[in-house]
Amino acid sequence: MTGGNSGHPKLRVKGATKVYQTRSGDLLAIDRCSLDIQEREIVSIVGPSGSGKTTLLWCMSGLHHLTAGEVLLDGKPVNGPTRQIGMVFQEANLLPWRDLDANINFPFEIMGTKPDRVWVDELLNRVGLEGFGGKFPRELSGGMQQRAALVRALSYKPSVLLMDEPFGALDAFTREEMNRLVEEIWLDRPTTIVLITHSIEEAIFLSDRIVVMSPRPGRVASIHKVDFQRPRSIEIMATKEVFDLTNTIKMEIIKMQQRQPAKPATDAIQPAAE
Amino acid sequence: MSETDAIPEFKAGHAAGGDVGLNNMSALTSGPGIKSFGEVLAILVVAVIIIGGTELLLNIFEVPQYVLPKPSEIALALVTEFPLIAPHLGYTLVELLAGFAIGATVGLVLAAVITQFPFVEKIVTPYILLLVTTPMLALVPLLILRFGFGYEPRIIAVALASGPMVMINAATGFRRVDAGKIALARSYGASTFQIFWKVRAPMALPMIFVGLMVGSIFGLLTAVGAEMVGGGFGLGNRLTSYSSMIQMPQFFAVVLILSILGILIYVLFFLLGKKFASWEA
Repeated sequence: MTGGNSGHPKLRVKGATKVYQTRSGDLLAIDRCSLDIQEREIVSIVGPSGSGKTTLLWCMSGLHHLTAGEVLLDGKPVNGPTRQIGMVFQEANLLPWRDLDANINFPFEIMGTKPDRVWVDELLNRVGLEGFGGKFPRELSGGMQQRAALVRALSYKPSVLLMDEPFGALDAFTREEMNRLVEEIWLDRPTTIVLITHSIEEAIFLSDRIVVMSPRPGRVASIHKVDFQRPRSIEIMATKEVFDLTNTIKMEIIKMQQRQPAKPATDAIQPAAE
Repeated sequence: MSETDAIPEFKAGHAAGGDVGLNNMSALTSGPGIKSFGEVLAILVVAVIIIGGTELLLNIFEVPQYVLPKPSEIALALVTEFPLIAPHLGYTLVELLAGFAIGATVGLVLAAVITQFPFVEKIVTPYILLLVTTPMLALVPLLILRFGFGYEPRIIAVALASGPMVMINAATGFRRVDAGKIALARSYGASTFQIFWKVRAPMALPMIFVGLMVGSIFGLLTAVGAEMVGGGFGLGNRLTSYSSMIQMPQFFAVVLILSILGILIYVLFFLLGKKFASWEA
């Protein structure tokens, strides 16, 4: 097992299977996925489109229910959304009729609690959004919107942050900036992060481990450990190690796409020897 | 109010009615505020040309008053007859407000409830469409038979005309489901009730305003129409009464009041929409 610095994994996915009922019959989206994520670990999930990455993440968050298997948070099953888990969506997903302050206040209105003003202000400060509280989403750039979404997700201090292709819609430079920001915030106040991404570079820059998923039905095909020192600078991204790892993962995904349907992966949590 | 000074061609005092309408029109067409003095001037110049031109042409061709009265005569009638017309304006407003309040409330509640149950919606929609497409004026004679010549048949007709309009538009708004925003609310553990008030309702608001606007204009139409059918009061009754006595300037003065009323309703909802639903372009 990887990184077992404490006895319990923070988040444990056991034999997660999800079948969607569609018009054309049942669709097996993910098939017996198992994965242990340790406390304060950043894990990325990559894989070809349609490999059930988003399905897996939504099941982890409790927004979707598994057909079989279970998700355990601190050893307790996740049966629905919990405030221990914060979700960052594909788009910034801000409410357009609320200004920035009201958007950040939204989780607290739903939960019926009061925000920790000091913490929220610190977050806003850190992402460079102080003084923008009265602005509406349409007045903010894509990067600013996504930063606001990050603040909103962190505002109520969840112990797990699930990010569903959070920076996919941003341009390359804004994306790198966001990656550095996530690492910076994480170094300051480590949480457990699970990140879905299409960018292997992003996965390498941020993660402790990278999970590669197979094409539909999604299974855990392999897990790669990423052992670079933190804080990671943008320079390490130009090293041979990163280049090799990127290519290994890329080739793995391409090969899987070529020989569809994928052969059943062993139902296991074995990390690839790396 | 300085615009009033900028139109010396208008016989001061006579043009008060038209003036209000003009100001509102310009406020609408130029969207978020009038851009420049030149724009205001252009709008006013065109208005003066149209009104002045009509006056001039009617004079040149000696069009008899019972065919089409001159703008100046209409303006004069509006001023002199206004004290006599005013109570009727009040009656019409009472019918409109009461009927619209009932219709809009029922329409909104129905829209909110029905859109939560797609199956019920499928069953109910044909009847709502029937209510939207059938002119409720057709029912007025029947309502008068049942309720007499008072307020009741008119208020009922207004409610029947405006309610379905509000409902059908509001339902369109409530049906605009943004799965992402609902998932967001759910990720914080939102209840169905919270999702409705915090996500669905605000998302539907722009369409609700459209529904309220269309509904109230339809309500005005129906109120005036119902007044023309029977009962001795209301602006619609004034129209039939003045035309039967061939008092055309007075007749057109009432028409002018109705136009202004319609525009004011439009402006009201336009401004409300701008204030509460401006997040949507």
